[in-house]
Amino acid sequence: MSAVEREAIEPAASPRAAAEPSPLYSAWLRRLRLNRRLIIGTQLMLLALFLLAWEVFPRLHVLNPMLTSYPSAIGPTFVSLVGSAGNEGNILYHSWLTLLRSVIGFTLAMGLGIAVAVVLWWSAFLYRVLDPFLVVANALPKIALVPIFYIWLGAISSIYGMAVAIAVFITILMVFNGFKEIDPNKVKLVRTFGASRAQILRKVILPGSVPTMIAALKVNVGLALVGVIVGEFQSAKAGLGFLIQYGSQIYQMNMVMTSIVILAVISTVMYGLIAWFEAGVLQRRQ
Amino acid sequence: MTAPAVELRNVSLRYFTKESETEALRDVSLTVGAGEFVGIVGQSGCGKSTLLSLIAGILEPTAGDVLVAGERVAGPSRKCGYMLQQDYLFEWRTVLDNVLLGPEIQGLDLAQARTRGRALLNGYGLGEFIDYYPHQLSGGMRQRAALARTLNTEPDILLLDEPFSALDFQTRLALANEAWRILKREKKTVILVTHDISEAVSMADRVIVMSRRPGRIKIEHEIRYGGNGAGRPAPFDARNEPEFGAYFSRIWAELEIHVGG
Repeated sequence: MSAVEREAIEPAASPRAAAEPSPLYSAWLRRLRLNRRLIIGTQLMLLALFLLAWEVFPRLHVLNPMLTSYPSAIGPTFVSLVGSAGNEGNILYHSWLTLLRSVIGFTLAMGLGIAVAVVLWWSAFLYRVLDPFLVVANALPKIALVPIFYIWLGAISSIYGMAVAIAVFITILMVFNGFKEIDPNKVKLVRTFGASRAQILRKVILPGSVPTMIAALKVNVGLALVGVIVGEFQSAKAGLGFLIQYGSQIYQMNMVMTSIVILAVISTVMYGLIAWFEAGVLQRRQ
Repeated sequence: MTAPAVELRNVSLRYFTKESETEALRDVSLTVGAGEFVGIVGQSGCGKSTLLSLIAGILEPTAGDVLVAGERVAGPSRKCGYMLQQDYLFEWRTVLDNVLLGPEIQGLDLAQARTRGRALLNGYGLGEFIDYYPHQLSGGMRQRAALARTLNTEPDILLLDEPFSALDFQTRLALANEAWRILKREKKTVILVTHDISEAVSMADRVIVMSRRPGRIKIEHEIRYGGNGAGRPAPFDARNEPEFGAYFSRIWAELEIHVGG
């Protein structure tokens, strides 16, 4: 109500921006921009150097081109694989399948992980009983389970099994820790209103953990993709994992490298989407 | 005769940790009449916050009875509203949605609660900020929103657990004064817990001094100011009354505050 308090809610930046910037401030801003350009420029240069080395060394036969392919071969290989009717099939179809599988994989891992975290939050007893098992399960290299999953779940389900197995334990641990880090006074507050345990979960714990869940999702996207590719190595008849495996068997490095480049694009785009979603959610919070 | 708003009969509370057991409260008896403003002062760890948790029904006494409006407390009730040391506004809710938290949990009519919440926020000068998120508000505004949240469930009894202690000194005095006016106007029963003697003496009709652990009631003071008739001065003005200093130094002595001791 007082004028003093009203001031505090004005965005701090606005009065400064309206005034004429001092020469020192302009110089500081210029240096900031220059620095940013320098970083981006260096990044682009590194990328160009890498591509150049990859192109030139095999051509000079410093490296064996049979093993490395060339960057200039990626584009034409991609085009030929899109039109391909051979054993390898359309690369867009493979990419789509891998993308779809990893989206399903991390959705399942997320859902299951949050559900288990809720159960552990609900029952302190269960948490204390299960804690060491979870830690071991999380530490276990899940890749070791690929052959077992193949036998147990069959060719297709084992791919999802792998994606979930790799991503779910870290999700449980991250989300549950997020639950525990919610300020106990926020829980106390709703308890003074007479909140039941279910209401505490719904009104405080879950909405308060949204940032943690997004962080878990970020980790998950990469892990689920790993699971899907490894699963496809073992058992699939389609998907980028299959294409990589198949390409290396028939010594078609062009095919392998093209698939890997697509994988890099897929994971970057998925990560970018989540980061964008996160920015939208967190903007309203602090 | 109607039952007192709050009554504690020989209440004791112990709590246990792996390392030790702690006697937080020993044989505390206390009666607070309807409409009374009682301040409880004591050093940290004297169990004064525990006392509020017992009245609010989120803790059970080890021995003794806690009664609110003549009924034994068996869990949180709509009669009591609790205000904590910090506002604990939920950062994912707008100011208005924060004020609706209590009614949502208690299953009250939300349309009415929304109208009431708007009126409360308007009354506290937060009308323009209803749809803001908490991080866009200053500390004093946030704590006022927290007061609106507490009052939106229409409790008769307000339990204030050092509600101004996280604020800077000026805001704290201004807000204490304002909250006092609001609570008096609404004829609420108030129990204010604080370690700030001047806050208790300036706001309360009666100040209860608690001893260090195990917490017991050491002594009580009726707080009276000036030549009667005009009624009790508001907290801000009470600080200028001649009695203020006297109460302050007496309670200071009773608290046996030893720096570094």
